[in-house]
Amino acid sequence: MSVTLPWDIFFIIIFPGFLFTAAVGLFSTWVDRKVSARIQWRVGPPWYQPFVDIIKLLGKENIVPTGTGMTGYLVFPIIGFIAVVLVSTILWVTNWFPEATFVGDIIVVIYLLYLPAIGIIAGGSASGNPMGSIGASREMKLMLAYELVFLVAIFTPVVASGGTLSLGGLVGYQAANGWMLGNASCIVAFIVSLVCIQAKLGLVPFDIAEAETEIIAGPYTEYSGAALAVFKLTKAMLLFVLPILLIAVFMGGAWSPWTILEYLLILVFIILVKNTNPRIRVDQAIRFFWVPCLILSVIGIILAAVGL
Amino acid sequence: MGIKTWALKKSPWVFHLNTGSCNNCDIEILDALTPRFDLERFGILLVGSPRHADALLVTGPVTMQAAPRLRHVYEQAAKPCLVIAVGSCACSCGIFDGSYHIVGPVDKIIPVNIYIPGCPPKPEAIISGVMKALNSL
Repeated sequence: MSVTLPWDIFFIIIFPGFLFTAAVGLFSTWVDRKVSARIQWRVGPPWYQPFVDIIKLLGKENIVPTGTGMTGYLVFPIIGFIAVVLVSTILWVTNWFPEATFVGDIIVVIYLLYLPAIGIIAGGSASGNPMGSIGASREMKLMLAYELVFLVAIFTPVVASGGTLSLGGLVGYQAANGWMLGNASCIVAFIVSLVCIQAKLGLVPFDIAEAETEIIAGPYTEYSGAALAVFKLTKAMLLFVLPILLIAVFMGGAWSPWTILEYLLILVFIILVKNTNPRIRVDQAIRFFWVPCLILSVIGIILAAVGL
Repeated sequence: MGIKTWALKKSPWVFHLNTGSCNNCDIEILDALTPRFDLERFGILLVGSPRHADALLVTGPVTMQAAPRLRHVYEQAAKPCLVIAVGSCACSCGIFDGSYHIVGPVDKIIPVNIYIPGCPPKPEAIISGVMKALNSL
């Protein structure tokens, strides 16, 4: 990697990493809340609302209930949060400085994207609340449902580009040969991965883990104050990072001004799906991902292997 | 006014607790949360867990069954936490005053920040009361 240590720290803390991702992610949450409000004929919150929510939670009392594993209870939210910061840094640096990429960084990104879900599962289990345990178990089942499909869908462009196992390489390949979405195989994979990021974000058809009408707040039930703020911030940052991963892999890379438009398109699609669907049960979610979605994504990867 | 107080005023999440009310005030609270009044304009959200709550909306006179639970929920809530007594019963026991199963109004169990009278109070009155409670911080 050609960048030096002070720049690394700058990349991780300020620009593509923590501050930038948090700001844009929270702003995206506001877009989500505002568009949802307009769909329901409401006015909706002002633009600074998600920022105020986070500041308020940071200023509140942080309760650790008796009977919880104190260290784990407070560390698990941070694990997921750090993972999202690192994913965002890797994504932007490889998009803007393709020479900084390394072979297999797409695998690193996919592994790091497991960690927010694992943080939720472990934190919910550590909180010692029955609702938290149910939420954690649901999150685990949902994760088992979507991860395989997501992996196959993200690896379709890798196969289609002839085995380019790096994000910088994929962006360079698309700069030379046009968007991955030009291939039939990648259109199939893109549709499947859009469904998967809805589940990864825990938004409405798949908000099974956090189902507030059934199990209070799922894994977050016992969390308060700063720990809850870290969870909320992680969710908000994922809302920004996951569409950017799709743009990098399928839509020509996140380096041109068009990225903003592509990101808004994916965001509005996510919000519309969120507002027009009911919550499904966890068994329905597993069946949905393991039968139609898995078949579609396997078709996609076979099409990519034969060169379509 | 510090940034903590300002943020609390701009984003109060409410937890709704029924301590023996006849369900009338509860319906009016749900009315206040509908799109017609749209409390999300003020950042007010209904949360399911007292750990997340910045304000407890308590309705009804406190019955003997509900009194320990009310105290428990108040202790579970992360401080600072406002307590808003909604309806005549929560403020003063209303027509249930003196009944054999009533412990007393809400302020006998936990400290109350603001009282919203009415049987039931209109949604406009509830919104006005919540905003007054926030402005008093």
